[in-house]
Amino acid sequence: MTMQAEPTSFEFDTESEGLVLAAIACYPAGKQASAVMPMLDIAQRQVARHTGSAWVPRVAMDVIAKRLGMAPIRVYEVATFYLMYNTKPVGKYHLQVCTTTPCWLRGSDEVVSACKKHAGISEFGETSEDGLFTMTEVECLGGCVNAPILQINDDYFEDMDGARTQAMLENLKAGGALPPAGSTAGRSGSAPAAGLTALLPISEPVE
Amino acid sequence: MAKVTVDGIEIEIANGSSVLQACEMAGKEIPRFCYHERLSIAGNCRMCLVEIEKMPKPVASCGQPVGDGMVIKTDTETVRKARRGVMEFLLVNHPLDCPICDQGGECDLQDEAVGYGRGYSRYEENKRSVGQADWGPLVKTTMTRCIHCTRCVRFSTEVAGVPELGATARGESMRVGTYVEKALSSELSGNIIDLCPVGALTSKPYAYTARPWELKKTDSVDVFDAVGANIRVDARGAEVLRILPRVNDAVNEEWLGDKSRFAVDGLKRRRLDRPWIRENGKLRAASWEEAFAVIANRIKAVPGEKIGAIIGDQCDAESMLALKDMMSALGSPNIDCRQDGAALDASRREFYLFNTTIAGIEEADALLIIGSNPRREAPVLNARIRKRWLTGGLAVGLIGELADLTYEFDYIGSGPESLKALGGFADKLQAAKKPMIILGQGALQRDDGAAVLAAAWALAAKYNMLNAEWHGFNVLHTAAARVGALDLGLVPGVGGKKISAMLGGGVDVLWLLAADEFDTSKIGRETFVIYQGHHGDAGAARADVILPGAAYTEKPGTYVNTEGRAQFGFMAVSPPGDAREDWRILRAISAYIGHALPYDDVSALRARLIQANPIFGEIGEVRRLAGLNHEAPVGDAAGIGSVPFSNAVHNYYQTDPISRASPTMAACVAAHYGTQAEAAE
Repeated sequence: MTMQAEPTSFEFDTESEGLVLAAIACYPAGKQASAVMPMLDIAQRQVARHTGSAWVPRVAMDVIAKRLGMAPIRVYEVATFYLMYNTKPVGKYHLQVCTTTPCWLRGSDEVVSACKKHAGISEFGETSEDGLFTMTEVECLGGCVNAPILQINDDYFEDMDGARTQAMLENLKAGGALPPAGSTAGRSGSAPAAGLTALLPISEPVE
Repeated sequence: MAKVTVDGIEIEIANGSSVLQACEMAGKEIPRFCYHERLSIAGNCRMCLVEIEKMPKPVASCGQPVGDGMVIKTDTETVRKARRGVMEFLLVNHPLDCPICDQGGECDLQDEAVGYGRGYSRYEENKRSVGQADWGPLVKTTMTRCIHCTRCVRFSTEVAGVPELGATARGESMRVGTYVEKALSSELSGNIIDLCPVGALTSKPYAYTARPWELKKTDSVDVFDAVGANIRVDARGAEVLRILPRVNDAVNEEWLGDKSRFAVDGLKRRRLDRPWIRENGKLRAASWEEAFAVIANRIKAVPGEKIGAIIGDQCDAESMLALKDMMSALGSPNIDCRQDGAALDASRREFYLFNTTIAGIEEADALLIIGSNPRREAPVLNARIRKRWLTGGLAVGLIGELADLTYEFDYIGSGPESLKALGGFADKLQAAKKPMIILGQGALQRDDGAAVLAAAWALAAKYNMLNAEWHGFNVLHTAAARVGALDLGLVPGVGGKKISAMLGGGVDVLWLLAADEFDTSKIGRETFVIYQGHHGDAGAARADVILPGAAYTEKPGTYVNTEGRAQFGFMAVSPPGDAREDWRILRAISAYIGHALPYDDVSALRARLIQANPIFGEIGEVRRLAGLNHEAPVGDAAGIGSVPFSNAVHNYYQTDPISRASPTMAACVAAHYGTQAEAAE
C-alpha cells in the first residue's frame, strides 16, 4: 500500500489562493475564522490535485489557523468533526458506502462485499494495496429513494448492486474514468424504478 | 430583578442569572459536571436538570436564564428520574476503576453516583477505551475516564489563554486532548486537575501517593511568587504531599501557578536538617551548641557596623523582624532585603506596593507594563489581567522583553528611552479613566533602577493615575518576603550598607536569612558567613556556619503580598531533623550572645510585629490607598540609561531553593525550555 507520509510544509497554490481570498471575503472583518470550513475544503482539493489523495495534512491545518488567526486546535476540532474532511491519506477513489437502513434494505451489503472483493480491501477505513481505493462506511447520504448509494469522491452512484459495483471498480482499476453520476440502473432521476405507478395517462374517460 | 420560587422558597435574583444560580441562592444543591462558575457555560453534561412549571421537559438549569415568576422544582420524581438517566449514560463508558483511580474519594462522579447511580449496570456491550496521551510532566491523563465536560478545554482557552486543548472527532470517537502530542505550556496547567470532575486528569507527581482522607489539611500562603495565593497544604505524617489552591476572590480566585503547586517535592530534597560548621575549608555536622559557640565567638570580636544581614525571598515576617531586632541590638545598620539589588524606595508604602490591588485590575481600562512578564512572574495575576482584557476595553502597552502574555498589547519599546515617548499608546493612556502601570523587578534591578522608578512614577502622575479615587501605580514583586521586609524597614539604616556594599568584604560577618538569589561568589573571601535557611543551595555552599531553618510549610508565618496584604500561613508539618522555626533560632542565638530578644513566644512576637507596623494587625485585609500624595520617590528620572529591560524571571519553574531542588520542576524545565535553558544557566 502506498500511504503518503505527513508532509512537512504546505502552501496554497495560485489556484487555491483565489478561492481562499474569495472565501475569506465572505465574512466581515474580525470574523475570518468563519472561513475555516471552505478553507479546509480548498486545502483538501489542492492536496488531491497534487497527490491524487484528497486529505488535509496537519501542516495545512496549521497554515489555515495562522491565516485565520485561530488557535490550531480549533481547526483540528473542525476538521476531525466533519467526516468529509480526511485527516489521513485516502486512495484516489474514496468509496463511501451508505449502510443506513434504507440502503441496507435495498442491498448495501452486496455493494460492500463487492467493494471488498474487487478493490482488495478487508475492512472499512482501509486503503487498497495499489493506493487506488479507500472504503469508508458512511451514514445516510440522503439519497434513499435511489438506494443503495455508493459515493465515489464527489459523485453519487445510485441503484447499485454487486455486479455494477464490480464493473465500475474493474473499469477504474483498468485506468478508466468515473462514469457520469446518477442512477446506474438507467432510471431517470428518482422516477419509480419499475415504471410509473401514478399520474398515468387516462385510458378511459371517467364516468 | 426576577422573582422566582425554588422548591417553595421565594427568592429575588438579578436578571440574566441562571436557574442553577437561583437554586444555589435558595440553598438547593444542584449536581453538575460541566458547569463551573468561573468558566463559560457549556451545558453538555445534562446533570443539572430541574423541572420548571409550564415547561414540558426537564431543563438544564446551568444554561437556562431565570424569568420572572418561574416556579422551579429541584427534587421531584421527574427530576430524580431524569438525573438517574443522565448518570446511567455517563457511566456507560466510564470505567468502574475507582479502586485504582487517583480521584477516588474526591471525585464528583463518584459522589453523584451515590445519589443518582444504579446499584448495578444494565450495559452489557463493550466500553469505549481511549489511548494514553502525554500532556507533559504535570498532568497525568487517563482519557478513558473522560466524560467530555470540556472544563479543561474551556479553562485553557479562557482563563489560561493558551488554547492547546480541544475536543476532536465526534460522537463516540470524541476525544479531549491536544491532537498533536505535546506538553501543556501554560503556567496554570495544574488547575485543570482541580477542574476535572473525574479521574481523567490527575496530578502526575502525586500519582498513587495518597487518598484524600489520609491527608491532614492546613491553610497556608504560597511563597513562590509575590501574589500570596491562598493554598491548602495536604500532608501525611511529616511529608507534604501536595498543595492545592484555596478560594480567595481578592487574590487568586481559585487558581494556582504550576510552580506553587508542584514544587513541593523540593521540600524533601537537599534539606538542611542539622547545623554545620566549616573547619579547614570543609563543612562538618555539628550540634546547635557548637554552632552557637562558633558564631558567638566571631560576633563578639566584631564591631556592630562590620556585621551585615541579607534577607531571602521566602522568609516570614516573624523571622525577618527577629533578625532586624537582633541586628539593632548588635548595633548594626547593615541589613538589606533587596538581594537582587532592586532600587525599591521604602520611604513610602505606595512606592513599592501593587496599589491598584489584584481585584482592582478588573476596574482598569489601560495598562502599561514596564520591564515585566507577568505571565512568568505572577501567573495568577496575569490571569486576572487576561480576565479583564477579555471583557473588552483594556488597552495594554508593553515596554521590555517581547513575550506572549496571553493577551494583545501594543509593543512600545524594549528599553527605558521608551518611557520618554510612548508613541501611540500615550493617547490611549490619556483617554483612559482608570489607567495603571505595572513596574516589574526587571526594571528596578539595574544601575539606573532608581531613575526608572522615578520615571514610572512621573508617568503615573502625568497620566492621571494618582487621584482621590484611583491609584494606578503598581510594583509587581517576585519575592514573597519582599513587601513584608520593606514594611518592617529591612533596608540599610543611617550609615548602613546595602547588599552591594556588604559584598566584597564590606562586612566581616554576614548573616544570610535564606538568601540564595545573589552571586555568593562576590562575598569577600575573609567574610564569615552564617547561613540560616532550609535548603542546601548557593548560600549554604558558601557558609561558614549553617543553621537549619524551616521552609514555609513548616512554620506558622505572616507574609505580605505585592498588594500589601498581610496573610497568615499555618504550620503543616514539623521541620526535618534538628531544624527549627527561624524566629526561635534567632531568639536562642540572641540570648547566647547576650542580646536576648524581648519575646519568648509567638504571641509576644506578633505583638511586636504589630507595633513595628500596624498592617500586621490586619491579616487578610488590604487598604486601597488613594493617590493623593504626588511627591516622587528618590531618584532622578532624567538619569535613565539605554540598556533594554531584562525580566526578573526567565525560568519560571526554578526561582528559589525549593523549586531548584524539585525534580518535577527540573522535568518542566526540560520539557519547556529544553536546551535553551541549559545554555542560559
